Amino acid sequence: MFYSIDLTVAWALLLAFSVFVYVVLDGFDLGIGILYPFFREKSDRDIMMNSVAPVWDGNETWLVLGGGGLFAAFPLAYAVIMPAVYPAIIAMLLALIFRGVAFEYRWRASSRLSKRAWDAAFIGGSVTAALAQGIILGAFLQGIEVEGRAYAGGWWDWLTPFSILCGVSVVAGYAFLGACWLNMKLEGEIQHRVRVMARAFFVATIIGIVAVSLATPFLGAGYAARWFGWPQIALTAPVPILIGGIALLLLRSLFHPTRDRLPFILGLVLFALCFLGLGISIWPLAIPQEITIWEAAAPAKSQLFMFVGAIVLVPIILAYTGYAYWVFRGKLDPEKGYH
Amino acid sequence: MDTFLGFDAVTLARMQFGFTVAFHFIFPAVSIGLASFLAVLNALYLWTRNEAYLRLFKYWLKIFAITFAMGVVSGITMSYQFGTNWSVFSDIAGPVIGPLMAYEVLTAFFLEAGFLGIMIFGRDKVGPGLHMFACLMVAVGTAISATWILSVNSWMQTPQGFSIGENGQYLPEDWWAIIFNPSFPYRLAHTLTAAYLTTAFIVGGVGAWHLLRGQRENPGVRTMFSMAMWMAAIVAPLQIFLGDMHGINTLEHQPAKVMAMEGHFESHEHGAPLYLFGIPDQEAQELKYAIGIPKLSSLILEHDLNAPLAGLDTIPRDEQPPVAIVFWSFRVMVGLGFAMLAVGLFSLWARYRGRLYEAKWLHRAALVMGPSGLVAVIAGWITTEVGRQPYVVYGVLRTSEAHSPLGASAVGTSLIAFVVIYFVIFGAGVAYILKLMHHAPALGERGVRVEPGPIRTSGINPDRQMRESGHDIAPETS
Repeated sequence: MFYSIDLTVAWALLLAFSVFVYVVLDGFDLGIGILYPFFREKSDRDIMMNSVAPVWDGNETWLVLGGGGLFAAFPLAYAVIMPAVYPAIIAMLLALIFRGVAFEYRWRASSRLSKRAWDAAFIGGSVTAALAQGIILGAFLQGIEVEGRAYAGGWWDWLTPFSILCGVSVVAGYAFLGACWLNMKLEGEIQHRVRVMARAFFVATIIGIVAVSLATPFLGAGYAARWFGWPQIALTAPVPILIGGIALLLLRSLFHPTRDRLPFILGLVLFALCFLGLGISIWPLAIPQEITIWEAAAPAKSQLFMFVGAIVLVPIILAYTGYAYWVFRGKLDPEKGYH
Repeated sequence: MDTFLGFDAVTLARMQFGFTVAFHFIFPAVSIGLASFLAVLNALYLWTRNEAYLRLFKYWLKIFAITFAMGVVSGITMSYQFGTNWSVFSDIAGPVIGPLMAYEVLTAFFLEAGFLGIMIFGRDKVGPGLHMFACLMVAVGTAISATWILSVNSWMQTPQGFSIGENGQYLPEDWWAIIFNPSFPYRLAHTLTAAYLTTAFIVGGVGAWHLLRGQRENPGVRTMFSMAMWMAAIVAPLQIFLGDMHGINTLEHQPAKVMAMEGHFESHEHGAPLYLFGIPDQEAQELKYAIGIPKLSSLILEHDLNAPLAGLDTIPRDEQPPVAIVFWSFRVMVGLGFAMLAVGLFSLWARYRGRLYEAKWLHRAALVMGPSGLVAVIAGWITTEVGRQPYVVYGVLRTSEAHSPLGASAVGTSLIAFVVIYFVIFGAGVAYILKLMHHAPALGERGVRVEPGPIRTSGINPDRQMRESGHDIAPETS
């Protein structure tokens, strides 16, 4: 059974990777929808949507991989988490439907009114999906009550001040990523406005990160011991220090007149560090304080069967995705867009 | 008992899964067929250089694009339905079916997402060869996706190749046996053929609509109607044959389902009748007002007029599926199948008489039958899924023991949200599709790209690349 332990760790890392790719990729395109209310001109909205139109569909596929992978590799975790955050998951799915079809319908709507309705669907869908994802993260961190092999808590356990804090922080973070993306893709007067947005949401994101970080140790003794116990602190302390450093660099880059790509790249690094911080809090648990990844793992035969495929196919998918982004690199022409 | 509007949580969860999956399946059923249809049209165009094929390719490509998008967004919901409403099932069966679904994501979504962009936008940019390849890959991707998910469903109908672990989980023992379980080949053939037939009747219905509106000289309209009617004439009988094979396979592995389909409450020693109509009364365990043809059921199922057939009287009451639903949905499916066959034969006769484009009654029939495939497909799924009850994994895990520990109000509220939102969202999508169908395919039919709209997939669109590298932008033709 030795290899099965390695496989479980490998699957946990692969799933964490999928979720991270999902968060940063769909993060910035959900962010476009969150920023929509601040841009009321139709031409502005057209170009904002066009900046993500070629990639959003592929970005969302990582969510399917995350959900499907969790089901396949850690069925017990999947079976416990989904009922525990049921209303938030349903809200997220429905929101993503509104957001997704808005990409299609907005351009086929003939009347002004229906066009506005799909704009509203795009905004509402993006904000709700981001909020729900943050709330799910918060509910996960604060712990899920388990009895036997099933969720044993109440229907509203997921809704707490902490989970709402996480939800709002994720909305701010996605809006920040979206603004950085637009800063990279657009030019001229609209880029100037986007940059102002990026600064505002940068401040909101940092406030969110600090607030969530300060609140986490109070959620349970486990978290405080992980972060502040000796000798782990030698390994954990660099994470917040690095986040602080990156934040300063980001702040400077947001005022730099020409380095348009830098804020987005630093934004990705910031998200990666936050993700690492979450990893420190959670590892090696599949359900915080209750179930480890090894307890939640599917049998070695299941994990091995999938791993053989994943090890071949995931790099191909990454290569393809990278190529698609490369094809669409550079500034967007506001006259032509992509069409 | 915890209820919501009179329903308990398990019933509501079943309604929710049934509703979301039935709604979802409409779109893949069409996109599986359309993807292949588009690949064939493109190949025919490259081969013959007949403009009608290109015109039709562009015409149906626009409809395909919307259908595909609706399939994607309603499909994301499905990947989470297992956990939200059927968490016990997910925990227990996850080790067996989870990997198959993960493979679906990795093998099919990749192909579809990867080549859709080239298929839609890329004819002039990547050259006809690579464009044809992209069309084929999208068609293959939709079929691969169907293959994995049908393997999962078939395993739930005829499970094998696993053992039960100490914690109650199903442990995979033999992946070959799991994937190629006994009902899988039949279900795959029957479902893929159903997708092609469904699409053929939609295409035929649209063609008939334009023929009735006086577009008889439009080569696009003529070609699509003719192709659709060939499909109806050839594939409808094939589908009936495959359905019969599938039924015989079901008789071997899930006899109670066939008994419910046939309305056989009683065992028959010397040949069982084929009931055409009747009102199943499960309380009384009898088929009321039955009208049947003696011994025909034995002939169909056992190929012997006098073969004995066991009835539901051999099955304990708590092992029986809800007979009325299975009985009627089966009849809807079979009835529509024979109606499709009739249209196919009608078209052969009209074609023989040289009146394929003039026979108004054929066009009217084809128009009415346009959506029939969708109804037949849903009825067929209801037959096989309800017929599996009271089990979710046949013979092993009962549906009543597989659901999430959720309150009825939570499931009921989300069900209402799904129903309302699906009708609004997909109603709008269907309206946009009908708007596209209302226009006849015209000479120089526009493609997806020249309509105002974004590039709509994660796929590669080399247009910008060409523009950046200074190539001329050819007039839009794809």
